[in-house]
Amino acid sequence: MPANRFNGFTDYGIGVGLRIPHLQHILEKKPVVSWFEIISENYMVDGGRPLATLDRILEQYRVVQHGVSMYFGSAEPLNRDHLRRLKALVKRTKTPWVTDHLCWGSVDGRYTHDLLPMPYTFEAAKITARKVREARSFLEVPIAVENVSSYAEFHESEMTEWEFLNEVVERADCGILLDVNNIYVSSRNHSFDPYDYLNSVPPDRVAQIHIAGHSKFAKYILDTHDHPVIDPVWKLYEHAIRRVGPTATLLEWDDRIPSFDEVHAEARKAEKYIAAPVAVES
Amino acid sequence: MSLLALQKRMAAALMLPLAPGDHIDPAAPADYIKPNDRLTSLERLEIYSRSYWYRLLDSLYEDFPGLRAVLGQRAFARLAKAYLTDRPSASWTMRDLGSRLEEWLRQNPAFAGGRLALALDMIRLEWAHIEAFDAQDKKVLGPEDLLELGPGLRIGLQPHVRLIELQYPVDDLRVKVNDASEEHGTASNAVLKRKAGGLVRRIHRLPAEHIFLAVHRQDFTVYYRRLDAEEFRLLAALGKGLPAGQAMEAALEDSPLPVEQLRRRVEIWFAAWAEMGWLIPRSK
Repeated sequence: MPANRFNGFTDYGIGVGLRIPHLQHILEKKPVVSWFEIISENYMVDGGRPLATLDRILEQYRVVQHGVSMYFGSAEPLNRDHLRRLKALVKRTKTPWVTDHLCWGSVDGRYTHDLLPMPYTFEAAKITARKVREARSFLEVPIAVENVSSYAEFHESEMTEWEFLNEVVERADCGILLDVNNIYVSSRNHSFDPYDYLNSVPPDRVAQIHIAGHSKFAKYILDTHDHPVIDPVWKLYEHAIRRVGPTATLLEWDDRIPSFDEVHAEARKAEKYIAAPVAVES
Repeated sequence: MSLLALQKRMAAALMLPLAPGDHIDPAAPADYIKPNDRLTSLERLEIYSRSYWYRLLDSLYEDFPGLRAVLGQRAFARLAKAYLTDRPSASWTMRDLGSRLEEWLRQNPAFAGGRLALALDMIRLEWAHIEAFDAQDKKVLGPEDLLELGPGLRIGLQPHVRLIELQYPVDDLRVKVNDASEEHGTASNAVLKRKAGGLVRRIHRLPAEHIFLAVHRQDFTVYYRRLDAEEFRLLAALGKGLPAGQAMEAALEDSPLPVEQLRRRVEIWFAAWAEMGWLIPRSK
């Protein structure tokens, strides 16, 4: 199951997000890691240290690109400069697939630099799917879209979030980067059953899975990527693996980042679920 | 409401400056957001508005430590909020957030207090630093590019070499700010307070000094190199694409230095530029 057309028919295992505080350790100690996920935008530059460091990583590791500013869900067209730079990076890293978020973040040429929630409407699904297709056609690499954590819902919505996700990926014929922590966070913020969400995800479209920690506030949960993964999220992950099969999985840790070994150990907790015999549902 | 209309309304609302206590402006329209049993529509929007402002202010804060030192933390915070309100990000990358700060401050000088010239110089230096950090590194000029030696030879400059003319020695100041920031993790509070006070006094008394600077990159580190006025002008002329002969005429004709001395200097300059890999072939 892990290899499918949305992840370039690869069978990547447990990956770790490549973060600046760990670079020296990784380059010196060369830890055994299945693959690293990079934030594309950090390397969409013309030169200097970021690209030189990336090239050193690429000499030893497989890299998958994860973006944060494609904004498939923005009503305005894709940014061509962004796309051109992204394509140059795709050629450099030879990433088997590219991911970005099912969200919006810019309008009228103004950028919020945030992953803003979509209104779950048919119009939005249509626009988003068209942009995913355009991007894939330009980049010539499979694309998977990630479900985001959200803190707001819109009166305009005509369907649930998972129905919207399905509507987009079917129309775009693209993959899913299934973030089980984001499902958990949104389920708590919007009072839905996260298993309803997971059970509706088409297993054959899941290219990759994200796991992460979050922060709990009095009235909502925030997706902060600054804690270990909590047990309820591991349980969701276990359920996802049971449905989807062993899938390339990445731990995100972006703030208050501990040592590389600690992050890697946390990510490797996923191995026991991946290694367990599973009855894959179709 | 169409997708575009909804996104325009929400973006405009969350980009409204935060009210005291970092609360969202109570007048921000949020009627398109559903409330839940814990949060009103406005409170839900506030989560995004705070996130927007914290993220962008943090980015400017990190990119302009020298400007913070020149203005002080409170004045810098006022300037940053006003700048982002007037000039929201127009790029997909936050790296470009400060690209319009110099132009904006020239139009809004009150935000610099009595230190406009110093603040503008520091902004120009810090923006050049950002550009030099990740600019392209092109193939350096080699012997094969010098087959047509003579006054018609055109030479270019590495994109990471940024030339700026300044009224204040902000290069030294920026280095001191960096040093102070690096010490922050190790020194005691009392020592830090004393040193911060010293830096503030130094900024207050900083005398004007006309300097010519190249902000450039060497082995992935950004450096500031002071240049002679003639050297600066010659580099600028070459960078504009003038043939070597014309560039030298334009740069050196008003120099008070004797011709022989100028000739020796030009040799030294070219040797230094070549050693640092600043010169690149320019396509005709």
